Amino acid sequence: MFDKEKLSHIKEVRQKWEDGVLAKTLNKAPESKEEFKSVSGALVNRLYTPEDVENIDYESEIGYPGQYPFTRGYQPTMYRGRPWTMRMYAGFATAEESNERYKYLVSQGSTGLSVAFDLPTQIGYDSDHSLAQGEVGKVGVAIDSLRDMEILFDGIPLDKVSTSMTINAPAAVLLAMYIAVAEKQGVSPDKLRGTIQNDILKEYIARGTYIFPTEPSMRLITNIFEYCSKHVPKWNTISISGYHIREAGSTAAQEVGFTLADGIAYVEAAIKAGLDVDTFAPRLSFFFNSHNDLFEEVAKFRAARRLWAKIMKNRFKAKDEKSMMLKFHTQTAGCTLTAQQPDNNIIRVAMQALAAVLGGTQSLHTNSRDEALALPTTDSVTIALRTQQIIANETGVANTVDPLAGSYFIEAKTKEIEVKAMEYITKIDELGGAARAIDLGYIQKEISDSAYQYQMEIESLERIVVGVNKYQVEEDAPKGLLRVDPIVAEMQKEKINEVKAKRNNLAVEEKLDLLKKACEGTENVMPFILDAVKEYASLGEICGVMREVFGEYEQAVLI
Amino acid sequence: MKRPIRVLIAKPGLDGHDRGAKVIARALRDAGMEVIYTGLRQTPEQIVAAAVQEDVDVVGLSLLSGAHNYLFPKVADLLKEQGVDDVLIIGGGVIPNEDIQGLKEAGISEIFTPGTPTAKMIEYIKNNLKRI
Amino acid sequence: MDGDLMSYSQLIEKMLAGDKRSCAKLITAVENDPEKAEKIIREIHQYTGKAHIIGITGPPGAGKSTLTDKIVKKLISQGNKVAVIAVDPTSPYSGGSILGDRIRMQDLALNPDVFIRSMGTRGYLGGLSKYTKNALKILDAAGYNHIIIETVGVGQSEVDVVKIADTIVMVMVPGLGDDIQSIKAGIMEIGDIFVINKSDLFGADRTALEVNMMLDLTMEMDRRPPVVKVTAVKNEGIDDLVNEIKEHLNYLKESRKLEERRKANIKLEVLELMEEQLRKIAISHTDSENKLEDEVIEILNKNKNAYEVRDKLLKGMGTHLRESL
Repeated sequence: MFDKEKLSHIKEVRQKWEDGVLAKTLNKAPESKEEFKSVSGALVNRLYTPEDVENIDYESEIGYPGQYPFTRGYQPTMYRGRPWTMRMYAGFATAEESNERYKYLVSQGSTGLSVAFDLPTQIGYDSDHSLAQGEVGKVGVAIDSLRDMEILFDGIPLDKVSTSMTINAPAAVLLAMYIAVAEKQGVSPDKLRGTIQNDILKEYIARGTYIFPTEPSMRLITNIFEYCSKHVPKWNTISISGYHIREAGSTAAQEVGFTLADGIAYVEAAIKAGLDVDTFAPRLSFFFNSHNDLFEEVAKFRAARRLWAKIMKNRFKAKDEKSMMLKFHTQTAGCTLTAQQPDNNIIRVAMQALAAVLGGTQSLHTNSRDEALALPTTDSVTIALRTQQIIANETGVANTVDPLAGSYFIEAKTKEIEVKAMEYITKIDELGGAARAIDLGYIQKEISDSAYQYQMEIESLERIVVGVNKYQVEEDAPKGLLRVDPIVAEMQKEKINEVKAKRNNLAVEEKLDLLKKACEGTENVMPFILDAVKEYASLGEICGVMREVFGEYEQAVLI
Repeated sequence: MKRPIRVLIAKPGLDGHDRGAKVIARALRDAGMEVIYTGLRQTPEQIVAAAVQEDVDVVGLSLLSGAHNYLFPKVADLLKEQGVDDVLIIGGGVIPNEDIQGLKEAGISEIFTPGTPTAKMIEYIKNNLKRI
Repeated sequence: MDGDLMSYSQLIEKMLAGDKRSCAKLITAVENDPEKAEKIIREIHQYTGKAHIIGITGPPGAGKSTLTDKIVKKLISQGNKVAVIAVDPTSPYSGGSILGDRIRMQDLALNPDVFIRSMGTRGYLGGLSKYTKNALKILDAAGYNHIIIETVGVGQSEVDVVKIADTIVMVMVPGLGDDIQSIKAGIMEIGDIFVINKSDLFGADRTALEVNMMLDLTMEMDRRPPVVKVTAVKNEGIDDLVNEIKEHLNYLKESRKLEERRKANIKLEVLELMEEQLRKIAISHTDSENKLEDEVIEILNKNKNAYEVRDKLLKGMGTHLRESL
């Protein structure tokens, strides 16, 4: 960024400063630690100067927002045009209760819905399955059939909201249900906006709600890409997620490296299935974590954007710039929330949210203070939403695009993360791609190594967590936590029995049979799932058919 | 005890978050224990069968999904049913304080909530084994 | 441990009647306490020798656990009772270990005809634990007519399985390329059946070809080991593999090699036991009156050498030895 002459002068002055002013100070008062490290364990220097960015070319590496390589943002005006979408992830108990929470959030200024499903739904079991015992409605809403989905979105106009659904292995089924509900509301599929997570690789790596083996799972994903490109063009067909990789304990660079490696695998699968890269790549979206280290996180988001743009352009020869834009949702880091002194979490979330905004996120979920203890209460969720509103309206950070660009520190770190992430991608390529690297347990092992190190640093007090290993106080057990009534499971069971009694069981059987044949063959299964859903075939029945044909995934664990 | 302490670390239910379970497995190994790790999605019946066949000293249950009030006591009951009375059962995860007493009454000796140092858990195990 | 709660005879009685918990407790006893092991093994010896012992070995990442899982499923579907001993390495630093092989066999846990036990090597080299053999005997006595031993996947040194197994299944995977060259020494010789797992992966044919070539080059063999291609995760090729395993047992029986192998292994076992016992006696003898200590000083001062001290102490040990037995 500077010419040679200028740089050599800067270097000279820096050396003088080090020998003079700095040495004097260090003599009198040495620094508190020998090394300073980021949350990810990356070394942080005392000072960053033009020397640290001497090899970074402004035009080709940083450039302008809304154009390649998108380091400064995917859109030219960013939040000056429209603030990020404040999308609060919510859902618990029954569809009825969750529907109420959604209506409340919309009334409070939330601009996008984000549906959390319970574990049986995420793993394709109905509420009356034996493995669902104890789990119904616990971490999200229970959806057994189209009936539940109708209740969930009752009174919410699906052509007006954008809805994000955290659903992976059975994503095709839930998307089909959403399309079916929309049709009942008189909304055609091409008007629907939203996202399904649909990222199975990170389920294998970190989150654990997988069902089918890799091959059929990748087929389902590409089936969805293809179907949506024709019928639901505004839908984001996948949200390639680093969030859970980070939650599982990865570093910032691993989060970028492993997530983009997953992204590469999806693009390759779709191309192999015969899709043209520019037909589906613009609908790919990403999902990142925002952790505690403010500047490291900002650099991470910028590095991810730049690296993805390069990959899409150079590796996959995308022509449409939209295919090169990395758009992402962010959630503040759940793993940083403490059960001790839970109000402190409000401050943590605020900082993390700030990092996401400074890093140019498209949408944001802020965690609630009580989430290390239980599902958040309405009060807690409101504070979390207000945090975003304060950042957007009061701090002024949204007034200019990519405000930290040009900081020697930020640019140097952006480069560093990009390089490290690329090293991981290269290693994964050598192993035969993300799916194979997961099969070998490589990615999981790297993450659990980082997680273990992080924990040991906390225990040795090398790393301070306020309220946990320093500044502890005796405290009373928190009161008023949200509890899911066990009766929810009974209510769900009754509901699904009622649905099964009322529907046309012959039609269900027929549609399931057709679905089975489609699974056995090579056609796109989406239309068959949609047909089954419309006849009120249950999620468990549909996934059951697919389980029968596809088998189940076996987890690779290296500790 | 001269022989290594044997611990079964299990994740009952459908919860897929195994960061904590893995960190603990490693910490226990580094404390000289033999850790049998059984992976995700274990039914209480499978956990108990593994505990019996592996003849473990400790069963450690990890769960973040909120289903602990159902799944933890179920494991304890099944162990009792099989006459296994010499195994220490401990649990961890996102567990509200108000649930802890009930879980203890159901036979879970101790519950470790987020933020507990692994060293504390190791100490607890060493001091509370039900057999020597 | 619970010696006071229940006598070992009682545990053995219940184990013989099919009680898994007693079986598990006996394994714990023989795994940890040589004296108890001796008592127990003496008592159960008459019930052993019936099981077909199958060793599964191969480099890390070859998919041994998944393969074991599928073999067990096939065997139980044929009406067999199957036990698995899965060995994982013990950390030399802490003495602890993470035993993760059960992950692959989750749904076998509840099968009444299956028993799975994980073991750490506990400092023992050779891919097994020192007490694997004892555990094996208990499972044999408990009526498991097939016992699978899954060794540590270290690639080079897991050859000890030869000393206890009747049939050795050597698992390979495509993509480990050069490794086939590097593991051939000592390892290729012990395989009775070669399995190319993950045969759906690119390079499987090449790996199979390489293994076949290697086997063709290997000198005098009474029996050319078969090479079986499987994809364990998809349950493909497992029937063939199980047939080959049975075929191998038949071959061993018909050629009287089974007896030969077992005789050789028993010989080894007895020698090992003698060695262990003699060492113990020697230590107690030389320790008793500080005999060794005095001699060590003599050696250190160059008054004597180690060989002469050995001979002297051994001569004096005669009576001690007789008394100890």
